[in-house]
Amino acid sequence: MKLFKIRGGVHPFENKEATAGSKIMPVPLAKKLFIPLQQHIGAPAEPIVKRGDKVLKGQLLADSQGVISAPVHAPTSGTVIAIGKYPAPHPSGLPVRTIIIEPDGEQRWIDISLPYDDPFNLDPDEISARVAAAGIVGMGGATFPSAVKLNLRKRYQLKQLVINAAECEPYLTCDDQLMREHASEIVDGICIMMHALQVIKTTVAIEANKPEAIQAIEEASKDLAGVSVITVPVRYPMGSEKHLVQTLTGKETPARALTADIGIVVHNVATAHAVQQCIRYGRPLIDRVVTVSGGAVKNPGNYLTPIGTPISMLIDFAGGFKIEPARLIGGGPMMGQPLSGTKVPIVKGSGGILALTAEEISQKQTMPCIRCGACVTACPCGLLPLDMANRARSNDLEGAVKFGLMDCIACGSCAYVCPSHIPLVQYFNFAKGAIIEKQRGQHKQEETRRLAEARTIRMKEQAQAKREMMAKRKAEMAAKKAQEEKKLNAKQRSDAEASA
Amino acid sequence: MTASPISGPYTHEKTSISRTMIWVMVALAPATAFGIYQFGLPALWLFLITIFACVVIEAVSFYIAGKPIKLYLFDGSAILTGWLLAMTLPPWAPWWIAVVGAFLAIVVGKQVFGGIGQNLFNPAMVARVALLISFPLEMTSWVAPHPLFTEISPGFIDSLRITFNLQNEFDAVSSATILGHIKTELSRGITLPEIWVDIFNPFSLAVGTVSGSLGETSAILILIGGLLLLFLRIISWHIPVSMMLSIALLATVFNWINPEHYPHALFHLLSGATLLGAFFIATDLVTSPITKKGQLVFGAGCGALVFIIRTWAGFPEGMAFAVMLMNGFTPLIDHYIKPRVYGRTRKGEPIAYDSDAR
Repeated sequence: MKLFKIRGGVHPFENKEATAGSKIMPVPLAKKLFIPLQQHIGAPAEPIVKRGDKVLKGQLLADSQGVISAPVHAPTSGTVIAIGKYPAPHPSGLPVRTIIIEPDGEQRWIDISLPYDDPFNLDPDEISARVAAAGIVGMGGATFPSAVKLNLRKRYQLKQLVINAAECEPYLTCDDQLMREHASEIVDGICIMMHALQVIKTTVAIEANKPEAIQAIEEASKDLAGVSVITVPVRYPMGSEKHLVQTLTGKETPARALTADIGIVVHNVATAHAVQQCIRYGRPLIDRVVTVSGGAVKNPGNYLTPIGTPISMLIDFAGGFKIEPARLIGGGPMMGQPLSGTKVPIVKGSGGILALTAEEISQKQTMPCIRCGACVTACPCGLLPLDMANRARSNDLEGAVKFGLMDCIACGSCAYVCPSHIPLVQYFNFAKGAIIEKQRGQHKQEETRRLAEARTIRMKEQAQAKREMMAKRKAEMAAKKAQEEKKLNAKQRSDAEASA
Repeated sequence: MTASPISGPYTHEKTSISRTMIWVMVALAPATAFGIYQFGLPALWLFLITIFACVVIEAVSFYIAGKPIKLYLFDGSAILTGWLLAMTLPPWAPWWIAVVGAFLAIVVGKQVFGGIGQNLFNPAMVARVALLISFPLEMTSWVAPHPLFTEISPGFIDSLRITFNLQNEFDAVSSATILGHIKTELSRGITLPEIWVDIFNPFSLAVGTVSGSLGETSAILILIGGLLLLFLRIISWHIPVSMMLSIALLATVFNWINPEHYPHALFHLLSGATLLGAFFIATDLVTSPITKKGQLVFGAGCGALVFIIRTWAGFPEGMAFAVMLMNGFTPLIDHYIKPRVYGRTRKGEPIAYDSDAR
């Protein structure tokens, strides 16, 4: 198949050797599991259990709130010992609402038997409803509720499903390993998703640096005419869904639109596996494969980790630290988030935990911009990162937007190549945050003004009504008086007549 | 792990400003060494004084501006500016030309704009142009090659006398540059074929055994350095190629119209500062456009201006003027030539597909 070139991009050091091909090892249960109620994009889930409740493995702990939300389930059987605030895997380290479970070690499942034999007889709506109920979110890191994407067929004319197995982030091999070990389940999941989306074509895109995974998926899908495996070039950010679709189809997704606008839905490969587990066995999303790597980790590898396992436990299982890491990252080194500490738990979007040494980060003193244009060449979105950063730094948010801030996907290619080591993404994130804050402020102001205006109008109306009422009463009074006078006059007259 | 929560990426290409500067110096080294060899000790002194002056003046500038001297001084940019300036000076120029040049380059060319990255014009070219206009005699006093370790090379004492303008009995053989010679002869009404007979020798131009600026003479060594920079991706091909193509194209067209008066392309490419300018001066990161398309325009503009100045203007060589003029256009080029944003048309509207195309 002909592939299309994307603009820019970089070739970061892959560093995948440490974990590539290392078998997925199950991580034993931690003493306590910390399950945040928001592990996805959208509204946080609302607990339906109380402190002290006994729960079974796979039992619903908190239900989703609205369409863009996802429920969470118990990763094992045990007791709910607390529902409260606990640090989340987020750069701020700020606490979020979390359910804490003490496992009983029995791993007793809740009844997950299915009322059907063949998922392909199910209505597509039924599949997406089950995927939603299983708490499945995009497992490539974006954590967007998957069911919402499975329902896109209702609003868009879809032509094909693209499975994103590029795994372009350095270090990470969790998708690679999942494909090597669970190819047939993944392909089964793909077929289920095709049924749910009502499409007949799927492209599985895998970067060329994963020959074993490519072979495994090809083998598992060889009898399926609709599923083809495409080897895409190794180039970051190949895994950006809009760029992956461009590579495969040559079409750019219009600005501010979805890939569905050009007929394509993209799902991560690990999501396909989770969908298969949900539809075939009724299992909700309660664990995931996590790559633990980085120069500071003793035994890097891929670990099947229950959601809620503290990172400290996972790192201990991986042999602990060889040396004190300079940075602890959740996700890959290009787009991952710094973690505030090892207390925070593994969540649905945690593809990797990296403990990086100072040498690996190779962050140097920031120097002045020399306008070399390396960032312009590297930007896959055709932006001018140096000009955007300049505007953001001088707090000229409108200027930054004019230079394309809102088209930036924060892939970090620009900062990766910057010879002056300018933290460009930091500037962009700052500006994006400031803009959102400003919009919120504006919204609030507008709301206040609207309410105030409504109040003024209301008051006026009330005053008007009062006046009208007064006038009416006055008129009535006057009429009454006139009548009384008339009566009086008549009486006087009749009296006078009588006396006469 | 107590590091501040700054956004990623948490990995970085092995690159830095000083690494860039060091590789440019490495690439300049062969041509420089050859220039020093062929013009002897006075050239070495000039080279050292220029760089030393640039570094000292830069340090003083940082001190006055209250910037951390240690952090900024060793990025290598002052050394490189001095180095490039020295390469474009007449090899036996006196010491004060070097010092004044260093002041012009560092203070007037760079620091008054706000330091590295802020300057509009290439600092070395600012200095060279200002020197040429202010001190035309010293800046056009060329000597024939006096290679080191030969009898005609000035000795240690003589070389110091030459550089420091002391009573000097050394008998230097002066010689015009080939560009200057041709300009003079053409203006006297002599045709090119006649001039050619005694001077044009592509071999000596390529090797560099001709008179000229300190580091400009050896086309081959400059080319090797330039190719090294291309190979290391410190510069991209866009500026050198578009610049040389534009010179070659114009030269070929005019040579075809009137071979008696207009030298051919090879001559233009090998003589003067063409190669040094194309690979090392016009490619200056700060003062050239940031987009590849913009760089093509910029390079072509430099090439055209070089040809125009050499052919019709008063000066025999026009590299410094051409680069400076185009530097002035860089903001304009960057304003008009921008990459198209993903998912948007050139006008910035979201791309729209026909419903059939979906």
